[in-house]
This record gives sequence, structure tokens and C-alpha cells, in this order.
Amino acid sequence: MNQWITFDWEALGANFWSATVDGLTFGGIYALVALGYTLVYGVLNLINFAHSEVFIVGAYAIVFTLTSLGFGPSVPNLAWYAIAANLLLAVIFGMLAAAITAFIVERVAYKPLRAKGAPRLVFLISAIGMSFVIQYLIFVWRGPNPEPSVIMFKNEAIFDIGGTLIYFDSILIVTAAILMMVVVDQFIRRTKLGRGIRAVAQDPDTATLMGVNRERIIISTFVIGGLLAGVAALFYVMKVPSGVLYMGGFLLGIKAFTAAVLGGIGNVRGALLGGLLLGLIGNYGQILLGSAQWTDVVCFVVLIIVLMVRPEGILGSNLGKVRA
Amino acid sequence: MSTGTPMGGASESQARADELVDEITKPSRLRGLSDWWNHLPRVGQWGFLLIAVAAAFALPLVNIPLVTTEPGNNWPLACAEMARYALVAIGLNVVVGQAGLLDLGYVGFFAVGAYVAALWTSPDSTMVHIPYLLTLPLAAMVTVVFGVLLGIPTLRLRGDYLAIVTLGFGEIIRLLATIIPALKGQVGFQQIGRPPGENADGNPVFANSEGAPWYWLTITVIIVVMIALGNLERSRVGRNWIALREDEDAAEIMGVPTFRYKLWAFGIGAALGGSAGAIAAGQIGFVNNQRFDVQMSIMFLVAVVLGGQGNKFGAIIGGALVAYIPLRFTAIAEYKYLIFGAVLVVLMIFRPQGLFGKRPHLLTFERRAHKRIANLADAPTSAPAAKEAGQ
Repeated sequence: MNQWITFDWEALGANFWSATVDGLTFGGIYALVALGYTLVYGVLNLINFAHSEVFIVGAYAIVFTLTSLGFGPSVPNLAWYAIAANLLLAVIFGMLAAAITAFIVERVAYKPLRAKGAPRLVFLISAIGMSFVIQYLIFVWRGPNPEPSVIMFKNEAIFDIGGTLIYFDSILIVTAAILMMVVVDQFIRRTKLGRGIRAVAQDPDTATLMGVNRERIIISTFVIGGLLAGVAALFYVMKVPSGVLYMGGFLLGIKAFTAAVLGGIGNVRGALLGGLLLGLIGNYGQILLGSAQWTDVVCFVVLIIVLMVRPEGILGSNLGKVRA
Repeated sequence: MSTGTPMGGASESQARADELVDEITKPSRLRGLSDWWNHLPRVGQWGFLLIAVAAAFALPLVNIPLVTTEPGNNWPLACAEMARYALVAIGLNVVVGQAGLLDLGYVGFFAVGAYVAALWTSPDSTMVHIPYLLTLPLAAMVTVVFGVLLGIPTLRLRGDYLAIVTLGFGEIIRLLATIIPALKGQVGFQQIGRPPGENADGNPVFANSEGAPWYWLTITVIIVVMIALGNLERSRVGRNWIALREDEDAAEIMGVPTFRYKLWAFGIGAALGGSAGAIAAGQIGFVNNQRFDVQMSIMFLVAVVLGGQGNKFGAIIGGALVAYIPLRFTAIAEYKYLIFGAVLVVLMIFRPQGLFGKRPHLLTFERRAHKRIANLADAPTSAPAAKEAGQ
């Protein structure tokens, strides 16, 4: 009889480096989704519960695009630049779909309530309702099963470091996550819109008095979060080809939120740090405890501990305090 | 950055107080039913309540055409499910409606209650077996322990953090039921116990296919719970909950030990959810890890929000409706999550107080205060006039 919980330090030791690489890869995906939570939270002080659905809509768009471009369950027989062009097209559609969904979520579930000055609980409940609606619209449309998996390219090992193989997708995802993070960070720090976002995060009323269009800033944050979720969706489909189903966003959403809190919610750099850390913790925990299902439990426990011990997260949690 | 109520105005509390006086003193405006009720003498109220209870008990026996869920679903069984949802909604209403804590993992407590009943009565379990009826208080006690264990680390958190942590808790319970072998995952537990008693034909009274006895058991529990909660709401605990819900910072400053009373609400809510879970396990006779998903938590939340947060009668109606609608209109049952999700959004935008908003029930001696304020409003000019005359 196999044990349901182990403390298998030996297995962890043996798989340490491959678990690290894998954890960082997932961490990159968490980080990109976490950015959406962090930006909206920084500006509105609210958790966007529907962000996980924004993400999964992006994943659906990517799968549909790739399928119609001829990708399928087997490795495509194309030159690398053709694949790259196809993936670029897919990610653009994914980003668009996710951004449009985020826009709709904001317009339907947030804007009318903001106009009325509703209490916080009301926002949360309407966002949950919205997330439920999107999930089950997908369910009604696509049924309970995941989409047939789409393989994007032949995943080859690029490096071999002391027996640990590092695959192409890991390098791509982690690099892209870091790159996106730098772009967003610089965007928040340097552009006019970024300055507006910081101003609204710091003090919405004063920002409005200073001529910042608050509504525009809020809608932009939702859309930026959606665009990033679209990028995350591409990597998610790459890494978990059979994971695109109506509920697929839910658990990933909670983990991404955990990542955002871990790094410091409202903090762009914190989202990256939190994402990568959470990816590592989840992966180590899963190997240590002996079953893949422990990943989620470990992540929830991390969330509770972080909130208890250091609710402002590792890097502190204020989007408004960022200096240009 | 404003941290308290991000969208609130400065004179919000004054406005709320005015609203309260307004609402009490203007009896005719759209408050017909509740006003009529508040102006009834105590004896009259009890009389109507007795009739309502009698009608509630008769519900599974009268099979009214158009209202009934048949032929699609057995009507007494549907009644049992409605009563179960109502009990859950009452429990969640204590947490969400009374104390203002958004709990998205309520199904976790429901699951714990169901597993308690399963572990202590099912022949599939190796634990000591006890009579089924004892598992109801036992389930309540065990879930209180779970509620307190979850509450101590998390109830100091802000509202939206709490929401996501409880969401995680519900998932953890479900995952643990899958992972831990003693909880038997998808195989589950069969032949869960039932209350004693046999019919003349030798079949048990509380058979799994008989809805009516389970319904009666559930509403008996509901009545006891309603009386107890009614008293609790009028006590110091209830007043502190309301203070908490309306403005946590203000409550803390006025000396309400907010954490302790949040824990109270959490524990009581957990106990009720656990009891409902134990009843569900007994009626269905089978428990496995498949039923306690996050969708169920959201449905419970819909029940409370639809009925009206903070109104326990509303919670009963909301719970019954959430169970009834998919059973009655089987054509739309497939889309129930979609529909109820949309209901949440629409309610929040157009009627956040739900079908039956909470009464401005802030005072312990509400009736007496009500009369006094009403008398004041009848003679609004006399007091200043007298003052002027004195000068």
C-alpha cells in the first residue's frame, strides 16, 4: 500500500534541481497572472475574483487559434520561424480575448457599483458572480471536458547541467516572465499612464483633483492585467496542454493570488518574486509529501502563513509608493 | 491610500442614522408587510407563526400542482433538500449577514459534518459506531473546532483576504478527502446511519428515499436554531455583530472585542453548516469526495444574498429557492450555476439588500424604541414650540 503522505527527503534531494527548474517555470506563469491581481488591487484595493476567468478565456482563445492554424496533439512539422510566427499570432489573440474579458468584467461587475459607492463586500460578491458566469458560459459552450491538447513544438533539452536537463520551454517561460515584469515595471515607473496608475493607487481623490481620469486609469489596469493574463495563458497551454477546461483558471487563480500576496500585493516586482517562490515551494512540497495533489494544499498553507506573519508580503505592498 | 471604506463619504454614519430614523418613522412607504408585522401584538405574532410552522410541516404532504417539482423530482425529497439549504443558509447568514465576514469555503464545514456522520455510523468505517442522532451534535462540535482552528489565524485579516483564505479552506477539505486514505476518496462511505424507527411494513421511517421524515427532522432543527439565534441576536453578541458589520474600526474603538465576536460568528456558522452536512449525509446515505466543491459554496452564498444578508427569515426563503428552482424547472437545471452567478451580479447592482433586506434591527428593546420614535415623529413641532413659548 502506498503511503498518502511521506516526508521523502531522499526523493527531494534526488530531484532537487529538476524540481527547481520546473518550479521556476510554473512560477513564471503564476507571476504573470499575479500581476493582474496586483495591479487591480493596487488601484482599487479589491481582489478581482474574476481574473482567473480572464486568464482561462485567453487560454481558450490560444487553443482555438492554434487548432485552426493546424496545430494538434502531435509535434508540428514546421520550421522554427513558422512556429514562432504562429505562436505570436496565437498569443495576440489570447491577449485580446483576455483583455476584452477583463474590460467586460470591469464594466459589468465593478463600474455600476463604483458609481453607487457600494461597500467592499458588494464588490467581492459581484466579482464572484461574474467569475461564475464566465466559467459556466464556457461550460455550457464547451462541456465539462478539457480541450484536446495542442503541442506547440518539440520540447528539447537545451542544457545539461550536472545531469539536470533544462528544457527549452522552461528557459522561454522564465525569461519571458522576467522580461514582461521588467516591461510592466518600467511602464508603471516611466510612462504617463503608469504615473496615473501610481497616483490613483496612492490617493484616488487627490489624483482626480490633479486631473487624472480615474475611470480611465481603472479600466486601463484591468486591460493591462488581461493582456498579461493572455501571455500567461500561452505558457500555460505550452506547459499544461490538457489543462484548458472551464474550471482550469480557478486553482491557478488562487495560486497566482497567493503569489501576489507572498511578494507583496500591489507590488509589481513582488509579483515576480512571489510567483517564482511559490512555484518552487509548491514543487518541493509536492515531491516531499509524495503526491501532486499536495501542491495546492501547500500553496494554501503558504498563503495563510504569509497573511498571518507578514500580510504586506516580502517586498511590501504599495503600488503608490513606487518611485519613478 | 484610504484603507477603510475606499468609496465612503465623510458623513456616512450620520446619513445612516438618519436613514434609520427615517425608516422607522415612515411606516407606509413600501414597508407594508414588515410594518403590519411589527404593529401586530405579540400574541398575534405568535399566532401567525404557529400557522406558518404548521404550514411548513404540512409542506411535503400537500402536493400543489404547478408548485410541485414532480414529475421530474420527488416532492418530499425536494422539500428535504430545500430545508437543508435553508439550514445552511441560516448558518452562513450568521457569518456573512450578521458579522459581515465573506466566507467562500462554507462547503468545507458542510463536508466535515457529512464526514463526521459517515465516519461514526457507516459500516465502511473502522471507527467506533454511535447512533446517528448523536452525530448531529457531534458534527456541530467537530465543525466548531474546525471553524475556530481556521478562524484564529485568519479572522484578523481584512475582508477580502478572508474570502480567499476561506475559498482555499474549502478546497483543502476536498483535497484532503481525496488524499487521506481513511476518508476513502471517491469510493466513499455507504449505508450511513439513520434515526431509529420502523414503519408497520418493517421499512425504516427515515429511509433514504423518504423525503418527508428528513424534512421534518430538518425543520425541527431549523426552528430550534431560529429561536436560539433570535435570542442571540438580541443579546450583547448580536449587537456586537451588527456593530462589527457596519463599521469594524468604529466597533473596535467603542470597545467591542471584534476578534472574539468574529470567532463566535464563525464558530456558530460552522456548527450549523456541519449539522446540515450530517443531515445530508444521513438522508442521502452516501458520502464521497465528489460533492463538496466550490460551486456549492457559491450556491450557499447565493442563498444568503438572495434572501437578504442579515435577515434569517430571508435566508430560509433564499435557501429554499436556490434548492427549489433547479428541481422545479428541470429544463434550466443544467444552467443553474450560470443563472445563479448572474443572479449574484444583478442583485449586487440593483438590489444588494436581497429580496428581504435586513430590518434596521439595532436595538435590544426594539419594539419599545420603535414606539417611542414613532410617537416623537407624530408630534414633530411640539417640542421646539414649547421651548420658544418658555422663552
